[in-house]
Amino acid sequence: MSLNLSMLFIISGCALVTFIPRVIPFIVIRNIKLPAIVIKWLSFIPICIFTALIVDSFIIQDESLLSIDWRVLIAIIPTLIIALFTRSLSITVIVGIVSMAAVRFVF
Amino acid sequence: MYGLAKEINREEDLTTFSQGAKDCVPTLIGYISIGIAMGIVGASSNLSILEIALLSALVYAGAAQFIICALLVAGSPISVIIFTTFIVNLRNFLLSMTLAPYFTKYPLMKNIGIGALVTDESFGVTANKIAKKETFNASWMNGLNVTAYIFWNLSCILGAIFGKWISNPEVLGLDFSLTAMFLALLVLQLENIAHSKLKFYLTLIVYVVILMLILCMFLPSYIAILLSTMIVATIGVVKDK
Repeated sequence: MSLNLSMLFIISGCALVTFIPRVIPFIVIRNIKLPAIVIKWLSFIPICIFTALIVDSFIIQDESLLSIDWRVLIAIIPTLIIALFTRSLSITVIVGIVSMAAVRFVF
Repeated sequence: MYGLAKEINREEDLTTFSQGAKDCVPTLIGYISIGIAMGIVGASSNLSILEIALLSALVYAGAAQFIICALLVAGSPISVIIFTTFIVNLRNFLLSMTLAPYFTKYPLMKNIGIGALVTDESFGVTANKIAKKETFNASWMNGLNVTAYIFWNLSCILGAIFGKWISNPEVLGLDFSLTAMFLALLVLQLENIAHSKLKFYLTLIVYVVILMLILCMFLPSYIAILLSTMIVATIGVVKDK
C-alpha cells in the first residue's frame, strides 16, 4: 500500500475535472428553463452518442490514417441481430461476449 | 398523520431504489469485466492497490482511468494528464444536460449526488426509460447509480489484487461487453421512435458513423465522439421539421 504525493495530486485533479462537467448541468438547469430548441437538440444525443461509442470500439488509432478492427466489426453483426430480435440488454451483452470470444478464437 | 405519510413515502422510496438497482443488473457484466481489466491495467502501470481504489472511487470514469494509466506510464506531466482527463470526460456534460431536466424539482444536493455518478451506462438505462415514456424519480436513479458505483469499485480492486494471475482479459471477449451494451441501447432507442421518423434517425446514425471515421483520422477518438455527437444532433434539429 503506497500513495505518493504527486499521485494523490493527479487523482484529485482528475477527480475534480471529471466531477465539474458531470454536475454543472444539474446545478444550472434547476434555475433556468431550457428553450424548446435545446431540448430538441438534447433528444438526439442518446442515439448519436451510442453510435459514436460503437464506432469508437472498432477504430484503431495508430500511425496509419485509419485502421478498422475487423474482428470487432464481425462480432458486432450477430450481436446487433440478437439485439434486434430480443431487445434485451442482458442477452445482447452475453451473446456479444460469446461472439467476440468466438471471433478471436477463429481469426 | 404526517409521520405516517412520511413512513409511506420512505417505503416507496425504498421500492423505487431497489427497482433502480434491478434495472442496473444488465449493465453489471460491463462494469465488472471492464473494472477488472482496469484494475489489471492499473497494477501493470505500477499503481498500488490503494491508488487504483482511489482512482476508481474519485474519478469513476472507465475510459479516462485507462488513459490516465497510459499517460502515467508514458511519463506525461501532471498538467497533461489532468487536461486530457477533462477532455475525455467532457461528454458527461452532454449526458448530464440530457438528464438534468428530469430532476429539477429535487433539492440541490440530491441533484449533485445524481450528477456525480452519471456514466455512459446509467445514462443509457435512463435514456431508455425516457424513450419509453416511463416515469422515474431520484430514488430510482440513485438505486441505479449507487449499484453501478459499488460494482465498479469492487471490480477495479479485484482486478488490482488478482491482476497478476490473469494475463490477458481480452481473450475472453469480455472487453466487448460495453460495445454490445451500446448496440442494445441503440436498438432500444430506435424501438421507441415513431415509424415515420425511423428513416430520418437511421440517416442520422449513418452521419455519425461517417463523421466518426473522418474525424478519427485527425483527432483522438474521445474528441471525435464529442464532436460527431454534437454536429449530428445539430443536423437533427435543423432537418427535423
